[in-house]
Amino acid sequence: MKDTDIKRLLYTHLLCIFSIILSVFIPSLFLENFSILETHLTWLCICSGFVTAVNLVLYLAVKPNTSSKRSSLSHKVTRFLKCCVYFLMSCFSFHVIFVLYGAPLIELALETFLFAVILSTFTTVPCLCLLGPNLKAWLRVFSRNGVSSIWENSLQMTTISSFVGAWLGALPIPLDWERPWQVWPISCTLGATFGYVAGLVISPLWIYWNRKQLTYKNN
Amino acid sequence: MRLGSGTFATCCVAIEVLGIAVFLRGFFPAPVRSSARAEHGAEPPAPEPSAGASSNWTTLPSPLFSKVVIVLIDALRDDFVFGSKGVKFMPYTTYLVEKGASHSFVAEAKPPTVTMPRIKALMTGSLPGFVDVVRNLNSPALLEDSVIRQAKTAGKRIIFYGDETWVKLFPKHFVEYDGTTSFFVSDYTEVDNNVTRHLDKVLKRGDWDMLILHYLGLDHIGHISGPNSPLIGHKLSEMDSVLMKIHTSLQSKERETPLPNLLVLCGDHGMSETGSHGASSMEEVNTPLILISSAFERKPGDIRHPKHVQQTDVAATLAIALGLRIPKDSVGSLLFPVVEGRPIREQLRFLHLNTVQLSKLLQENVPSYEKDPGFEQFKMSERLHGNWIRLYLEEKHSEVLFNLGSKVLRQYLAALKTLSLSLSTQVAQYDMYSMMVGTVVVLEVLTLLLLSVPQALHRKAELEVPLSSPGFSLLFYLVILVLSALHVIVCTSAESSCYFCGLSWLAAGGVMVLASALLCMVVSVLTNMLVGGNASRKNPVHPSSRWSELDLLILLGTAGHVLSLGASSFVEEEHQTWYFLVNTLCLALSQETYRNCFLGDDSEPPCGLRVEQGLDGATAAWQDGPACDALERDKGHRSPSASQVLRGHEKWMVLASPWLILACCRLLRSLNQTGVQWAHRPDLGHWLTSSDHKAELSVLAAISLLVVFVLVQRGCSSVSKAALALGLLGVYCYRAAIGSVRFPWRPDSKDISKGIIEARFVYVFVLGILFTGTKDLLKSQVIAADFQLKTVGLWEIHSGLVLLAALLFRPHNLPVLAFGLLIQTLMTKFIWKPLRHDAAEITVMHYWFGQAFFYFQGNSNNIATVDISAGFVGLDTYVEIPAVLLTAFGTYAGPVLWASHLVHFLSSETRRCLWTLDTPTLGQSVDRPL
Repeated sequence: MKDTDIKRLLYTHLLCIFSIILSVFIPSLFLENFSILETHLTWLCICSGFVTAVNLVLYLAVKPNTSSKRSSLSHKVTRFLKCCVYFLMSCFSFHVIFVLYGAPLIELALETFLFAVILSTFTTVPCLCLLGPNLKAWLRVFSRNGVSSIWENSLQMTTISSFVGAWLGALPIPLDWERPWQVWPISCTLGATFGYVAGLVISPLWIYWNRKQLTYKNN
Repeated sequence: MRLGSGTFATCCVAIEVLGIAVFLRGFFPAPVRSSARAEHGAEPPAPEPSAGASSNWTTLPSPLFSKVVIVLIDALRDDFVFGSKGVKFMPYTTYLVEKGASHSFVAEAKPPTVTMPRIKALMTGSLPGFVDVVRNLNSPALLEDSVIRQAKTAGKRIIFYGDETWVKLFPKHFVEYDGTTSFFVSDYTEVDNNVTRHLDKVLKRGDWDMLILHYLGLDHIGHISGPNSPLIGHKLSEMDSVLMKIHTSLQSKERETPLPNLLVLCGDHGMSETGSHGASSMEEVNTPLILISSAFERKPGDIRHPKHVQQTDVAATLAIALGLRIPKDSVGSLLFPVVEGRPIREQLRFLHLNTVQLSKLLQENVPSYEKDPGFEQFKMSERLHGNWIRLYLEEKHSEVLFNLGSKVLRQYLAALKTLSLSLSTQVAQYDMYSMMVGTVVVLEVLTLLLLSVPQALHRKAELEVPLSSPGFSLLFYLVILVLSALHVIVCTSAESSCYFCGLSWLAAGGVMVLASALLCMVVSVLTNMLVGGNASRKNPVHPSSRWSELDLLILLGTAGHVLSLGASSFVEEEHQTWYFLVNTLCLALSQETYRNCFLGDDSEPPCGLRVEQGLDGATAAWQDGPACDALERDKGHRSPSASQVLRGHEKWMVLASPWLILACCRLLRSLNQTGVQWAHRPDLGHWLTSSDHKAELSVLAAISLLVVFVLVQRGCSSVSKAALALGLLGVYCYRAAIGSVRFPWRPDSKDISKGIIEARFVYVFVLGILFTGTKDLLKSQVIAADFQLKTVGLWEIHSGLVLLAALLFRPHNLPVLAFGLLIQTLMTKFIWKPLRHDAAEITVMHYWFGQAFFYFQGNSNNIATVDISAGFVGLDTYVEIPAVLLTAFGTYAGPVLWASHLVHFLSSETRRCLWTLDTPTLGQSVDRPL
């Protein structure tokens, strides 16, 4: 682990944050009456698309996983399809969890699903990019002391902070302030976004501060 | 002195309850109330005082007005009428206020500024206290004396249109009514049109004496868009036109009747800047009160600054205006301008009636009423009044008479003001001294409990309570001395009545001795700990007891819940907090099961071992039956030895059970919508209770009872099993008898009874099971220290409580019971036992689930959701003590059942623990029981 690695990590994270900021401002150039709160669903789609695209591009450009074996095109295609299936599955399972948490079952189903999509974008997509459709690796990364590189470490942190952000985002819903952002699922999506951004900012810094203590098994 | 931890905890809880009771007595002062109930209140009105002369005017004065129309506009703030909005949107009203024959006031409403207490205040003149709610638990109807009740007994015909609350409060008092509901806040036109549409017809007819209109639209607009919305202006203009219509019609009618008519325009509470109400800000408290009648003098009033009066004054004024008795509990004083035009003798008579009523109320509520300045003024003015009457009857010349009369008037008005003030401060004042005493006792007990936690959790479960130290310590006597001195000082200098001073010296002294003894105990325990702490620090026990995520969640969740109670919305929606926490708990448990079953994570100590880290627990862990941590080792090698591993399906059950519990919770959550914001949402409970779905309800109730039986019977002895089966059958029969479910073979039976026999049949079995359980428990305690018997006894008590809950729950709530038992079983079998949580974690989880089940039952922190029907099960008439007990159990069934399950579970675990680990190595090392 070198400082250059951390620098690369920081830059990629800054790019992700930049993509989220862009997703707020660019659409207002093309779409009329665009705002995060009013046309929330549109923003959700756009933000999810932007973040996924940036993640994919970064993955292709940076290639943090050096263990890229030579593989045939068909292998790549199946891998990609598998990733898509995993992504959809994660969307649906998040949706189920939200419903279990008390989201309405029938009404607002689209909103709930898009919330599941954005949360999957913040959590599953980076995992898929970094680890591939490999559940064992996922389990390893998300168990204690299972990370083997700074990339995985930052992945762990951003994922957990996105979840925590979404969880905390649900807290203001019962308050009677009657603000437009208290409507389901806006506060949760905003919470997830802030959590993701916070994770992106904090993880390189944290790794930088603790670079002396951090030792990875494989590096 | 050494005490068992059980005894110690019981003592602490008892003292804690005492402290809380003292605190609550101070926090909720008893409402000012006349002891004579309204039913037998036929005592004659106070006669006119006289000094020796014979001609006493003993009957009630005749009414001043023939018809009274009350227009109550919900959330009418004072500046909507008297401010710039009033000038702009209510021109007619402004004209009446400025130039017409009217009196205008600003009436102050006392918090809580919510419609129902305000209606009570307007009509009874009393200030509804918090204790009221408990007092008339058995009917929502207003039992107190009110203007409406008086008018009804006097044979007045009252017509009401508007908010349904009135109809609930006065169910049989109106000859004609049409209630509108305040259910749909988004509707602000229809709700008022439903009132106004009756107006033309009613105003044409002359067969009524009192017409009450309650308009809700303005309040709804406030809730939707606040006080500055343009909708407010439209609504105010509409109200103005309504007022104009009524006023012109009353004026045209007046030629036919000898007496004038009275039109009252008032608001029940105001509206805050955000459009809501309930608190005590100026905007919410101040409401306009305008009395319009041709009897009043036309005089240019100062519209910008009307006089401030109390809302409670309306009741007394209305009573006088209609020639009725003033309601007994009224603390208001007559609005004097209303009677100003009458002859002086009548004026004095009215004021006298009012002061007599207030002083009676004062006599009944304040022990030292004779010292009250208001009472002294009253006595004096009564004497003066008598003299004046004598003069009047002797017919001295009028100049002296008039001067003396106006002097008596002033005296009376001053007396009224003082009396009314001292009565209403009586209600609104917290009894600080009692509250402080209660708080001190509670805090001392709490400190003692916290300090003795390490000792109590020790295996021996015995603790040294320094009971003897207070007896010999100087501190104890010093503290007693200081406290008694304080007591004397506070009690002699207190202006208002104080409950704690009202106690006998012996009782007060007892509490003081208790408080100082507790203080000494706390101090001595603290010194012991500090001395002993130095010794034990030399051998540190737990080098690295890292907290798991679950511990963190439990701690943060409980603390977060406590913090959340600081926001009123979180109190209103507390069920959301609990559902959220319970869901998160389930997810955390699921994560833990996954980790234990799939990951061979070496750095993480296996769960089973976490319980007691110092313990050589390997033997215990392996002997202890199904254990998941055994599993985690078999991940690597697929053919493990059979004794150490769960069978396949059991493993899957462990993994699936958190999700099953989550699904159960989600189903229960949609059974009863509760809280405030989303309470109106449709839920399964309403769907089931509607008469079209009786068949579904019957099937569901039957299945739930069956599930209850299957889940509960496994721990019972065979006798209890039979009793339980018969009891549950009896529950179904009871519900069929009262007509909420039906038998398949009698689909359309119409005969509905109160189900007394069936319910008592079930009670017999409940008592039987509870008796068997208690017997087993006592036997295990007294005769043989038999843990097996104790566990069975505890389970039987649990099942007896389950049966009672099944009887008291409404049929659509029976799934709550069934799912609760299912969750308990799943948790016990697949989570707590395999994952080996420690006692503290299990206790907190039980607490969380108990709280969540309280809300799953459909309860909320609103007292209106208490299901009173539970108090009538198996009773012919309302009998207070059983009804209160049954209602309390029915309401808290969820937490109580989880608590009883916890007791049983801990006892069975202790037994298992002793069974498997009955070795001398144990005693020294187990910090937490289990």
